[in-house]
Amino acid sequence: MTNHWIDIKNSDCVLIMGSNAAENHPISFKWVLRAKEKGAKVISVDPRFTRTSSRADYYAPLRSGTDIAFLGGMIHYILTQEKFFKDYVYNYTNAAYLVNERFGFEDGLFSGYNPETKKYDKAAWAFQKDAQGLVRKDPTFQDPRCVLQLLKKHYSRYTLEKVSSITGTPVEDLKAVYEMYAATGRPDKAGTIMYALGWTQHTVGVQNIRTMSMIQLLLGNIGIAGGGVNALRGEPNVQGSTDQAILYHILPGYLAAPRASAQGLKGYLEAITPKTKEPQSANWPQNLPKYVVSLLKCWFGENATAANDFGYNYLPKLDDGQSCSIMETFDAMYEGKLKGFLSVGQNPACSLPNAGKVRAALSKLDWLVHANIFDNETASFWHGPGVDPKKVKTEVFLLPAAASMEKAGSMTNSGRWVHWKYVASAPPGDAISAGDIFYRIMAKVKALYAKEGGNAAEPIKALKWDYADSKGAFDTLAVAKAMNGYFLEDVTIAGKAYKKGDNVPGFALLSDEGKTSSGNWLHCGMFTTDGKNLSARRGKSDPTGLGLYPEWAWCWPVNRRIIYNRASVDPAGQPYNPARPLLRWAGDKWVGDVPDGPWPPLADKDKGRLPFIMKPDGVSFLYGPGLNEGPFPEHYEPLESPLAKNPMSGQRINPAVKIFKGEVDKFASADAKFPLVCSTYTCTEHWCTGGSTRWMSWLNEAMPQVYVEMSQELAALKGIKNGDKVRVASVRGQLEAVAMVTHRLRPFKVQGQDVHQVGMTFNYGWRYPADCGDSANLLTPTVGDANTMTPEYKAFMVNVSKA
Amino acid sequence: MSNGKSMMVDTSRCTACRGCQVACKQWNGLPGTKTKQTGTYQNPPDFSHETWKLVRFAEGKAENGKPYWYFFSDMCRHCLQPSCMEAMKKNEIVQDTQTGAVIYTPQTKDLVFKDVVDGCPYNIPRQDPKSKAIKKCTLCLDRLKANMIPACALSCPTGSVQFGERDEILKVVEARVAELKKTYPKAKALNADQVRVIYIVTDDAEKYHKYAES
Repeated sequence: MTNHWIDIKNSDCVLIMGSNAAENHPISFKWVLRAKEKGAKVISVDPRFTRTSSRADYYAPLRSGTDIAFLGGMIHYILTQEKFFKDYVYNYTNAAYLVNERFGFEDGLFSGYNPETKKYDKAAWAFQKDAQGLVRKDPTFQDPRCVLQLLKKHYSRYTLEKVSSITGTPVEDLKAVYEMYAATGRPDKAGTIMYALGWTQHTVGVQNIRTMSMIQLLLGNIGIAGGGVNALRGEPNVQGSTDQAILYHILPGYLAAPRASAQGLKGYLEAITPKTKEPQSANWPQNLPKYVVSLLKCWFGENATAANDFGYNYLPKLDDGQSCSIMETFDAMYEGKLKGFLSVGQNPACSLPNAGKVRAALSKLDWLVHANIFDNETASFWHGPGVDPKKVKTEVFLLPAAASMEKAGSMTNSGRWVHWKYVASAPPGDAISAGDIFYRIMAKVKALYAKEGGNAAEPIKALKWDYADSKGAFDTLAVAKAMNGYFLEDVTIAGKAYKKGDNVPGFALLSDEGKTSSGNWLHCGMFTTDGKNLSARRGKSDPTGLGLYPEWAWCWPVNRRIIYNRASVDPAGQPYNPARPLLRWAGDKWVGDVPDGPWPPLADKDKGRLPFIMKPDGVSFLYGPGLNEGPFPEHYEPLESPLAKNPMSGQRINPAVKIFKGEVDKFASADAKFPLVCSTYTCTEHWCTGGSTRWMSWLNEAMPQVYVEMSQELAALKGIKNGDKVRVASVRGQLEAVAMVTHRLRPFKVQGQDVHQVGMTFNYGWRYPADCGDSANLLTPTVGDANTMTPEYKAFMVNVSKA
Repeated sequence: MSNGKSMMVDTSRCTACRGCQVACKQWNGLPGTKTKQTGTYQNPPDFSHETWKLVRFAEGKAENGKPYWYFFSDMCRHCLQPSCMEAMKKNEIVQDTQTGAVIYTPQTKDLVFKDVVDGCPYNIPRQDPKSKAIKKCTLCLDRLKANMIPACALSCPTGSVQFGERDEILKVVEARVAELKKTYPKAKALNADQVRVIYIVTDDAEKYHKYAES
């Protein structure tokens, strides 16, 4: 989230799209309803009328996988009706930037596309630069090559009728939602978006979110109280694990993973560190080298020296263009290329797409180590449905893990608030925390390498591994302090002396010369110099009255509760909305939230800085030449869709997606055998694959068995009655489910035809309870977003028949 | 004596998360019963001697052609003058003088179950087939005596369920209904002058549940 949970109460219009907040983030509704009670409009856009929709002021249906069309229509509406916040757009976005002549768009493809590699040459999308290297701008916003004009042109194709014929949303619903939301494009209004996996889990996931980010910029809704772009993250510390780089493409703190072509530390730092000539841009990422070197000092300690590039060469490197997402990992496993797999607190046999392939892949392993609080379909894959245990060679080790309330440590919520938590109860039996499990394994590995050597032993031997407490157990507080980082020698910065061994109280003090360590620059500042843990704070003061609670826990970065908050003020530093002032320049200092940097406001031509400090040029990107499928989001159909042709262009699917071509990765689009759109999701009562909740009788009682929701109209066509047992099939697999025939789904009118959509939760699996049914992921396709490889769980094609 | 306690169940704030349904079972030591999916979110299908709090789901098509989905977190209303008590032979049902909670004692096994349930306009009581005792919500009287609010009210994330002194809750209910009426002309509190557990609805009560209102 750019903002945070409590801040939702400050909003004037809450758009809930790509999430089902009432069901999947129940506590969030405390703040949604508080906003509503103060007069805010709540809008729910979803293929299915959900528990969220039931509490909304306005509900609009849309066909799964058509969010960019829906939102593209909103951009068109905002621009043609002149609803955008002009001062904000002109001052704080790249609306005036001129794009070079090579950029173009024709029939669904941007310029620079190579159909063989399925990649774009992004140089074709670059900005025009003058002799000094500054981006050329048109302050009149009239040049046809300026971003504002290109934006108008691109989205002029997204008319109400066109959008409706793609999304299946009635025109009057589109108009109503556009009007309600665009009304927040005034300085005194704030609109917020609550999205989650309903947007990320598409082949165009990142572009779904980008489209909404552009809307938020046009309406001046980023950096303000009650606004922002807000991802609702999952319960078990999803935000924290992302911050610590649970994904393959990053190092902790969102530093890009090193690629093989970068020559040494210098080459890597040059590749990741942006440069600018823009005089008023802070370009904060110019500091990345300090964070990288401090990270290396944290990992390799005294073995990281200037002479050895601080141990950079110890890091594993990705090949150029290599992607190691979980789908690719399991594809390699299926091909027999992996020997062993460590699986912690997850259930890929039910959670990954094409679960039949995943289960078969597990049987190709020599060994599987699985740490969890319960047995699940992954640990027990060797005796699953249709599997002969005698024919499975994989040796499985099931390690009992401590549950979240049985371990101390930090927990980061969606609003980036890091909360320190304590052990509520000791884990049962031999169970220990996952951190402890891996701390001990790595300690043994290090000892073995020290004794016996081996291939590439140096990085393992060089690793600093001293996070045990006095009893030899994993010490989370020691790890948290290492993540914050230490001064490694006595230094004096800006007249203030710091001693070797002090915690570094903020990332602005980190060094690229090896004088500091920090395991995650974003966490730097969570501890004070003398080691006080700010995430353990529980102060309830609220000086701004906006619910920032600056002394409750601690949030990254540097306890800034709403990021990009300098965009909430005009160039003179005065709040655009005086009724909800987040920040104000008091002549010599900022008052309110922790500002996005100490500099004076923009009007100070010398010292003032632009508000989007993480962007090289200090302004936000309406035109964003960085993503893999183009600088403007464009509607493409899901890989599997009911349409043979994309109504917007000749390019049916996202041109940059990777297609898996193995024998078990079959796809069926516009195929009469699989005519129904299907989406998967989860219910309030179960958690993800149900790996923890299906062992809880009160929750099973409430949601006992796998079900498929469908409209009255579809049920009548198929001769299905509510409660009937039915078979749901895709080209990849099938399962039985109970039909839930409901008014809450309706056929969509798409391109003049009726398109039916069904939906299932992925909360079930064969392991327990015995009659609950199997995973909906037996149906889903192995395909992901073109930037992140997040699987397309939300839109694929199935058929339903009476069992 | 004060006017005892009361609870507001504001259905306009309910998201049917069913935290209340589970919290009731957890505090009262009631088991998760074996259920089947029959084509509805509502489960278990009805009250039983092991289910005293149940979120009922009701859906249909509204006048504007769009769906509606109403949630009714059903429980004993703890009537001011409980008509179920008319089925008593001795003192099998008692009313706590301090709070007003209506309590079924184990001696309810000696009552004619039909008389008790027929006496309840809200169709709440259920009989344990083994012990024959009649069971229902206790308003968490054990918690109240320890200065804690009922488990369902504590679990509610949205403020739909609020608990307190009856006089205070009546004021909250009145203000809330007045506010809701601006948007929903049919908004009203159900049987507020007869019950301690007061439901607020925004549409016809029977659309939520057959026994929502007496």
